[in-house]
Order: sequence, then C-alpha cells, then structure tokens
Amino acid sequence: MSAINLEPNIDRPDDLYAEIVGMTAGLSDAQAFGLQARLILLLANQIGDVSVIAQLIRLAAQSEEQGHDPGKVEHS
Amino acid sequence: MSAKPDIPVWRPMGVTPAPSTRREQMPTLIVGAGPVGLTIALDLAQRGHHVTIVNRLDFVSAGSKAICFAKRTLDIWDRLGVGADIVAKGVIWETGKVFWGDRPDPIYQFDLLPVKNQKMPAFVNIQQYHVETILIDALSAYKNVDIRWGHSVRDIAVGEAGAKVHVAVGDTEYFVDADWVIACDGARSTVRTTMGLDFEGRVFEDNFLIADIKMKGERPSERWFWFDPPFNPGQSALLHKQPDDVWRLDFQLGWGIDREAAVKPENVEPYVRAMLGDDVVFEPEWYSIYTFQCRRMSRFVHGPVIFAGDAAHLVSPFGARGCNGGVADADNLCWKLDLILSGKAPPALLESYNTEAIAAADENIRHSSRSTDFMSPKSTPAIALRDAVLQLASRHPFARPMVNSGRLSTAVSYSASPLSTADEDDDWLGVPPGTPALDGPLGDGWLLGQVGTEFSLLTNGIDFAGLKNLDLSASPILCERFDLSPGAACLVRPDQVVAARWRHPDQSKIEAAQRRACGITP
Repeated sequence: MSAINLEPNIDRPDDLYAEIVGMTAGLSDAQAFGLQARLILLLANQIGDVSVIAQLIRLAAQSEEQGHDPGKVEHS
Repeated sequence: MSAKPDIPVWRPMGVTPAPSTRREQMPTLIVGAGPVGLTIALDLAQRGHHVTIVNRLDFVSAGSKAICFAKRTLDIWDRLGVGADIVAKGVIWETGKVFWGDRPDPIYQFDLLPVKNQKMPAFVNIQQYHVETILIDALSAYKNVDIRWGHSVRDIAVGEAGAKVHVAVGDTEYFVDADWVIACDGARSTVRTTMGLDFEGRVFEDNFLIADIKMKGERPSERWFWFDPPFNPGQSALLHKQPDDVWRLDFQLGWGIDREAAVKPENVEPYVRAMLGDDVVFEPEWYSIYTFQCRRMSRFVHGPVIFAGDAAHLVSPFGARGCNGGVADADNLCWKLDLILSGKAPPALLESYNTEAIAAADENIRHSSRSTDFMSPKSTPAIALRDAVLQLASRHPFARPMVNSGRLSTAVSYSASPLSTADEDDDWLGVPPGTPALDGPLGDGWLLGQVGTEFSLLTNGIDFAGLKNLDLSASPILCERFDLSPGAACLVRPDQVVAARWRHPDQSKIEAAQRRACGITP
C-alpha cells in the first residue's frame, strides 16, 4: 500500500486553488456537481490505484467530521 | 390445483396421484421442479441415486422468467447431456452494447467470451419453460426419478438424521421421511418460511416493466442496454432476443407508479412502439412488473435440509446471476451429496457446499447490487457521478469499463475453498485452485466433455494410478490455459473445478489433495 503524502506537494498552491475554484464559476449547482464528478474520475484514473484512492476518500471524510472541532483548526 | 389464473401454463403435466402409503422413507427429496431442482435431480439420477421431486404446480409455467444462460451453466448442462438441446433451441450471443441518450452509436460494447476455442458459447437466450421441458424430458429416461406434480409441502420437522416432510396433494396428505431435503422452491420458499429461517438483504425501490413480445424482424443477437433513452427518459431499458421470434423488452419505471395500470396493454404498447418504432408489428406474449431484492440466507445447509437457487439467494436480473447462480449451486452440491450418499465422503463435506455456495452468492449479490446502484442512482451526487462516467465513456476509453449495465454472469471462483490445496509455487498462470476448468479443444472433441463426472487428473506427458488421467500434451492451447509444463499435473473435482496443481506431482500429493477435496481431514 502506497503511503499518502500529507506534506505540501504543490509548488504553486494558490494557482492550484484558483484553478479548482475557478472551474465551477458561473455554473449551476448541477453543472458544478457534474464537472467535479468528471474531475474526480479523471484524477482517479491518473492515480490508478484503488487502494490509494480509498485511503484518500477516508482522509477526506475524516476532515469533514473534524471540521466542527475548533481544536483541530491550525491558525497560521 | 391448476386453477391459478395469475400463472400462465406452458405445458400441463397433470396432478400426480398420491403415493400408495401415507408414510414414505426416501434418501433424497427435492422440493421444486424449476431449473435448479430439475438439474439436481438429473445430476443425482445419473450418479445412480433415487430422487423424488415434489412441485406445487401441476404444470410448467409460461410467463417471463429467466432467459439468459451463461457459458458455465451450459458447460454444466452439457456434462448432464442436455447442453446441445438447449444451445440448439436457444439464441446464441456474446456481444453487449450500451447506448446513452439519443446517441445512435453505442458508448461501450463488450465481448463476453474473451477466451475463444471453447465448445459452449458465452450465452444463450432461451425461455425458462423451454429449459424446464428439456430437463423434464431428459429425466423421463430415468426409472430412479419420481416427479410429483401438484404436490405441496405443508410443513417440515427437522430431526438429527433426516427430516419429516408433510406433503399435500388435493385433499390427500402424506409424510415423507427423507435423509436429505433439497429446497429449490424459489424466492418465496415454503421450506425456508416454514422453518422460520432468515433471509437478509436489500430491497430496491424501483419497478421494471417486462414486455415479452412476438415480432418478426432482423435485429442482431446482441444485448442492447440504454441509459436515459429518448423513449424512456431518465430511466433505463434493455432488449434481448429469445427463440420463436420472442423479444424481451425491459423498461425501468421508477418507484411511485400504479403497478396494476402499468401492465395493461394500452399502457405497455406505447413503450414498445417508442423503443422499436411506430410501425412495429407485434403480438404480446406476456407483460409483467417486477421489483427486486438482493438477499441471502445466512446459511444454506441446515442439518439435513439444503437450500439452493432463489430459495437461498436473490439478486436483481441485471447480470443474469439468478438462475445461473442456482445452477452453479446444483453443480456444486450434487457430487458432494453423491459421495456422502455412497459412503465415500463424510457428511462434513456438505459444509463446503455451504462455504462455496455462499461465496458465489456473495459475489453475485455484490455485482448485482453495484449494477443496480449504477443504473438507478438515488442521490444528486450519485446521479452526477453516474452521468460523469457515461459522458467520459463516450469520449475516453478509460471510463468505459466503469459503465455498469449489469456484469454478466461468469464462472465464480471459490478462492478460499477449504477443499483446495494451495499451490507450492507462486509463479503459476492458468486456472487456479477453486476455479472451474476452462474448456479447449482436445483430440476430436473438447476437454470438458472428457473430464467425466469423477475426479480426474490433467497431465502433460505423465501418468498416475488411482484416477482418470487426461494427457493434454497434444493440445498446446490447453497446456497454456492450465499452465501445464511437461511433467506438471492438475487435479480436477467432479464439478470440473480445479482442486490442486503441481509442477512436480507425486502419488502421495495427489492422494492427499483428493482426500482434502472430499472433506476428509488429514
């Protein structure tokens, strides 16, 4: 099983965020859902390893649960 | 008994008179003369056992039931001598096409027989009543088979050795003391409900309309499936060719509908015309509405009572895993029961039927549930994801294998079977232990036609005593399919499932593997 990289791995984080947030600009919720779904599938195929994707899904779900816990928020 | 207005009759059989005694003793009683019960009867009869079948109805019913029979099922029926008749009557197909929306070309298509050069085709479509009549006709040649039409099970009392079954025919009631009872009495199994046994799983909230229609016309023998077609917007549809110019049309309707109104001809026919064209000329064969569930019993073996087919497990029809799964149960069970009845294996061998048939049912339920979730996504994100797969599949190859219009039944592998002997080497290709043998050309015929009904040993240029040997060295295709290098051997169970294999076999390894496959612990 591949280790998940949780350290910064994107050299232009603000550009990445702008790309992702920009892709749904001006779309309806339904269009945005569709676009995000297609992106998930393309990213998943690029990664290519179901066990890695399953770990990422669990990490993503965990962040949702912890989002309400102020103790987990890092201020910088 | 035959007055069942909601069940159409295909072939009347007549009520079989009650037996002369009110209390009978028999080794094996089969409940239910559907494809699974009849297959079990034929297999046990050919192995020399006396079998009695009781069937609630006194006719073979028509109507819309199973139509798609997979290669593994055909291999099993071929072993029992009825494969050729079923293939001759059926419509052979191996290609599935998936359409989406109003696009005229398929977004995805699949070949169900990737390994060619086998006797049996990937699939034949044939009405269940044709299969049943072929099996009944084959059974009529056996004096050791007693089929009782119009006999219903009323109650069952399970003892330590055998079960006492209360049977009714008309106003007459009688009792059978059977060493083994095999319950193949369908989704609403009387045996299961009478015994108060569990049947856990998911119920899917969706209705489907089946229109079996008769029409002449040239269309390819392929399975055509539509997501969101213009003729059934937002839903799915399926088209299959059957023998006798009968076609199966299947339309997803959704949950909140008037089921009684939906099967009225004036409501069905607009669907038929919308799919096939306004000018289509057809006659109705049978219209029905179905819903489905994916569920199974937690155990299939309850002392002397053994469950098989729909009585033990239910799936959605997409994937053709219902009847094919039931015939696989029959195949798995009969050689084991034969060895137990003949005193050649301990009754504990039956536990491996429980393990293997449940493993197969779980695989079928998993595939069937996933297909259903893909076909009828229920939440906004699930719909978006499903549509994303379809959109991407029409443009990019990577998404096409994710399109799930039903994963069609293939042979199930018992990867963790207690009957299998683990490989000594880890670089094997070919057919692993727990997996049904692949067919291929051998001499003037086919391998599966020659392995027989007992244990056999596939070899490459060697010979061992004590069981049937089949030397594959003259068939490079088969040596490759089983990865048999010179001197290697592969032990095959009576149900054609590989039990063990060796690069360097010897007599003691072969005997130990055969004992293990018979449930005899070392």
